[in-house]
Amino acid sequence: MGDVSVLRCDGLQVQQGDFTLSADLAFANGAITALIGPSGAGKSTLLSALAGFVSLKSGRVLWGDTEITALPPGERPISILFQDNNLFPHLTALQNVGLALRPDLRLLPEQKDQVARALADVGLTGMGARKPAALSGGQQSRVALARVLLAGREVVLLDEPFAALGPGLKEEMLDLVRDKLLKAGRCVVMVTHDPADAKRIADNVVLVSDGVALPPVPTDAIFENPPPALQAYLG
Amino acid sequence: MARSPVAIIAPRWPGGASAALVLLLTFGTLAAVAWQAEWVGGLSTGDWAAVRFTLVQAFVSAAVSVVLAVPVARALARRQFRGRGILITLLGAPFILPVIVAVIALLAVFGRNGVLNDVMVWIGLPRVTIYGFHGVVLAHVFLNLPLATRLLLQGWLSIPAERFRLAATLNADVRRLLEWPMLRATAPNAFLVIFVICLTSFATALILGGGPRATTVELAIYQALRFDFDLGRAALLACVQFGLCAAATVLVWRIAARAEMGAGLDRVVQRWDRAPLALDAIAIALCAGFLIVPLGMIVLRGAPHVADLTAPVWWAAGRSLLVASASACLCVCMALSLALWGGRVAAFVGVLPLAASSLVVGTGLFLIVYPFVRPAEVALPVTALTNATLALPFALHSIAPSVAAIQDDFGRLAMSLNMRRWTWVRLVVLPRMRRPLGFAAGLAAALSMGDLGVITLFAGNAQETLPLAMYRLMGAYQMDQAAAAALLLLALSLLLFWICDRGGRVGAEM
Repeated sequence: MGDVSVLRCDGLQVQQGDFTLSADLAFANGAITALIGPSGAGKSTLLSALAGFVSLKSGRVLWGDTEITALPPGERPISILFQDNNLFPHLTALQNVGLALRPDLRLLPEQKDQVARALADVGLTGMGARKPAALSGGQQSRVALARVLLAGREVVLLDEPFAALGPGLKEEMLDLVRDKLLKAGRCVVMVTHDPADAKRIADNVVLVSDGVALPPVPTDAIFENPPPALQAYLG
Repeated sequence: MARSPVAIIAPRWPGGASAALVLLLTFGTLAAVAWQAEWVGGLSTGDWAAVRFTLVQAFVSAAVSVVLAVPVARALARRQFRGRGILITLLGAPFILPVIVAVIALLAVFGRNGVLNDVMVWIGLPRVTIYGFHGVVLAHVFLNLPLATRLLLQGWLSIPAERFRLAATLNADVRRLLEWPMLRATAPNAFLVIFVICLTSFATALILGGGPRATTVELAIYQALRFDFDLGRAALLACVQFGLCAAATVLVWRIAARAEMGAGLDRVVQRWDRAPLALDAIAIALCAGFLIVPLGMIVLRGAPHVADLTAPVWWAAGRSLLVASASACLCVCMALSLALWGGRVAAFVGVLPLAASSLVVGTGLFLIVYPFVRPAEVALPVTALTNATLALPFALHSIAPSVAAIQDDFGRLAMSLNMRRWTWVRLVVLPRMRRPLGFAAGLAAALSMGDLGVITLFAGNAQETLPLAMYRLMGAYQMDQAAAAALLLLALSLLLFWICDRGGRVGAEM
């Protein structure tokens, strides 16, 4: 990977009860990396560790040359989308996106314009005043994506945020991720349990199995010649 | 070894401040009474009688309430009829019904000139008296039968419908197979909860009890302080009362941790065993009559005289509204800050007031302020403060689960957005908590509105609250005026609760 790798796990270990996750790898910038593996293997745990929600037993998380291991989640150069609860139900779409610029929502007029543009960019022109309950599942995902785009943080972690959508909508959202986030040069790391998702948009695949995250491999290569652990998972 | 980057994102100092205040009002006042108590003489014969009476009346009140609740709860669990929902709502009301209103309502039916005695005289039987042991028990059953019924009804409705179906196919005896085991699990809990409530009974004993044979410890504290001005003895009694309550609270806390506030009492479980309809109908009719008739009498007796209420009573009502509002604000702030603080200390502080009683806290505060100011001057602030603290466990019970759920659902999102502590409270917690906050505020306001406890130790005529004014009217045998004041007090309590609860619901969205 060399020069382009920006987010690095250096001897990272997370302990949760009996379960230990280790990772020693780097995620390429301007690329999408899919974390794939059986459930319980530690995919979401790895994302939580990167985002700063769980503390490490040992090792470091590095952003370029800067260590970010001890930074609180909000001060890392990282945005994350969870499986659910990515939007505050009592805030409008505009407010939810506006949190990217001002977490206290004291938005200046030009910031409000920025928010409106971000919403238009994901195809939600004129829907800013709606609350999540008045939006479809796909539209809610778009609002969350607009917030991630506007936040401008270099790394985007996706913890299966589109899992609840139907297959068609999910593919649409994945394409939108590829289109918008990759165009913006972000480093995208997504958890998935569906190899088709990885094949569709991921440049690299990180196989997570039995508590170990292996270094990334180009997507074509890994599916052409799957290692035993991936073979077992694919069945 | 990396330091955990994850921190609780709510502000912490308000929780600490609330905890300090609660500790001051519970352990601080306890220390004050323990310091002043006259340990040398020990308890007099009269004091021992008060301890005995307190325990016996609480035991009998709780036992009678639970036993009577069994047929009522069973009937409600298996019958669907018009007004069932209203009746169940009504069963929740006595919690915010001012005790003194309940007492005057009972006097209207069972009192010397009440309906019952009119009937007795008419059919040529001797008059009955409501004063003394059985009067105190009657009032406690009136106040707690609804609670017992709701607790047992919850037990009944917690039996899955499938069990009844299975029992029906087996032609098994539902009572032995399903109902008895459920009662064995729930009835002792209901008994203990009511036992603790009756231990701290003051207003009931003040009006219906008294004398060497019907004085609770709370009442004895009041008499020692107010009539004898025997600070040492009042303090000693307060220590005894704290011991009683603390012991009982430890018992209840262990079981209350498992009990949940009743939701979903509106359904009826379909059953196939044939039960005589008449029995259920009688149980429900008697219970409803027992609750509704006395309160109806207050409305009938009081309504014509509300216009005649004198200025001091209206002033008292104004003071009560002020105290209740202040108490509700303070209570909700404390509960919210403790809930946001979280953890074991906050949970402990949250239940601590259950072991305190109005008169113990009052005596402690009296001893603390007495050397510096005239107690009457601080009567209203002290009352608001005490009421807020004593209502805290109930407010926290309604608030804490919501705070925990909000933190679970949105805490990580807020952290990843770099939301600051107060922003989190303003933007996320408060908007999403309006319902439980409104309910808690209503509860605290209504409880404070009807409280006749600590105020009796402090107030002079110029600081009278509405319950105290009502008590004075009753003492002066102005029963029509007292009934009117009771009606006003009842209406204001319910109104305060309704406004707060409604305020939390309107426009609230999830």
